[in-house]
Amino acid sequence: MNILKFIESFTDDNLLNSTGSRRDSFSQFGNIGKNLALASIPFGLSALTNKAFAKDITATPATPIGALQFALTLEYLENEFYSMALDSGVIPALENGGRDLKVFQQIADHESDHVKFLIAGLGGTASPNFVPKPTFDFTVGGTFDPFHDYPTFLALAQAFEDTGVRAYKGQAANLITAPDLLTAALQIHSVEARHASEVRRLRGLKGWISNAERGAGMPAATQAVYDGEGVTVQAGFNTAAAFGSAAGSEAYDEPLTTQQVVDIANIFIV
Amino acid sequence: MKNEVKIHEVDPSLNSRRSFLKLSGLTLVTTGLVLAGCSDNDNDNNMEDTSLPGVRNGIFDLGSGDFGVLTYAYALEQLEADFYTKVVNSTNFNTVFNDTERQVLTDLYHHEVVHRDFFKAALTGALPDPGSQLLPTLSFTYGSLNFNSRNEVLATAKALEDTGVAAYNGAGRLIKTADYLLLAGKIVSVEARHASAIRSLINPNSKDFAGDDIVNMSTGLDDAKDPSKILPIAANFITTKFTAKYLP
Repeated sequence: MNILKFIESFTDDNLLNSTGSRRDSFSQFGNIGKNLALASIPFGLSALTNKAFAKDITATPATPIGALQFALTLEYLENEFYSMALDSGVIPALENGGRDLKVFQQIADHESDHVKFLIAGLGGTASPNFVPKPTFDFTVGGTFDPFHDYPTFLALAQAFEDTGVRAYKGQAANLITAPDLLTAALQIHSVEARHASEVRRLRGLKGWISNAERGAGMPAATQAVYDGEGVTVQAGFNTAAAFGSAAGSEAYDEPLTTQQVVDIANIFIV
Repeated sequence: MKNEVKIHEVDPSLNSRRSFLKLSGLTLVTTGLVLAGCSDNDNDNNMEDTSLPGVRNGIFDLGSGDFGVLTYAYALEQLEADFYTKVVNSTNFNTVFNDTERQVLTDLYHHEVVHRDFFKAALTGALPDPGSQLLPTLSFTYGSLNFNSRNEVLATAKALEDTGVAAYNGAGRLIKTADYLLLAGKIVSVEARHASAIRSLINPNSKDFAGDDIVNMSTGLDDAKDPSKILPIAANFITTKFTAKYLP
């Protein structure tokens, strides 16, 4: 009898759905996007025209749809950045056993997947919730040269990945009422963290953020990505007590608010 | 051998409506963690949703709701902290691992101990009656794992970190309080940074840091698993009996 119950527990429809393949979660996610799209979302970025995007983006609303729109804009940024870098040839193909190129091809594949996934989640390009890709200038008016200077490319990659981790984290509360969307966002969030960790190692850093340090060789302009990362008190618990503030702060990544991320992203949006 | 799953009859008086499976490695046949399977379509969910962690029918149950999820996380962090404590204190740590590997493993030891002690403090402060509701300090076994084997230690670390990421990703939706969700989010990305680092140590000069074996190749999504899928993995290492009857 217990064996039958055991089998039942693994064939239960709800269980299968809740732990289904990622292909399933993809289609579920798409349906949810469509369902949400049917509901009127008055404050979505969709209200903005291309003309509004010709300059800065603005903070998305603190809603599940707003969080997805916000995430999509960040993924557009990352996707275009890596796509341009791969096209430019700035990433060395042979050094370190081809490591750098393998790493950024994989990251680029993931960011491209994330763009497609989020567009589907928002109900597709025809959905009123869809937000178009802004116009990016990764040189920031000629300040940076990421597609000819590899160290600059690496520095910006680190900044974008560490920003992505903090940005998704900051949206979690906006998704708490939409469990399937929250799960998907968490699944992207941890991939961004895997990326960030690897890019930091390519730059000779630890994979985690010590205190609020942007790390050796990072332009001062990227410090906004790291401000506030040095927290050593979590829910009243002193995380620095056992092994010091570096270890204590490394053990926790901190969120960025929507506005903080928008301000960072706008540096690269024209 | 270590991953062998055995299903045992458990005293049906505990809860005749549920299935219990006992998972055990050969080394922990007599002490294996008891896990309770839980159907999503049970009719008494209202009562279960308010279940606090604590001993029921002689066995500690993780409970449900936010405290259940936090207690679940505390159990997993206890395991990770214990593992890395043993790694860095193993006799030949300084000769088995190179400088980079020791740096990573020592950092992970620090981070996981901080996570474990954080959950203990946070739960002690938040539970209505921590004396009876705080998950006890668990005991662990690593079977035949050789802590002086670089390959075995790194492979186990990879499994623990990937499992940790999938566990937090799967549990986020079970958390109802935004502050708790944020705390879990602060930790899960560090676990993902760890997983990436360990994977790079095992297979440098590759895309394994976010490999196709763990990140879905069409959606770019990381793994997410329910507690009922995670705990059997953890049960290979945890010898203290507890149940998770009210978590999906």
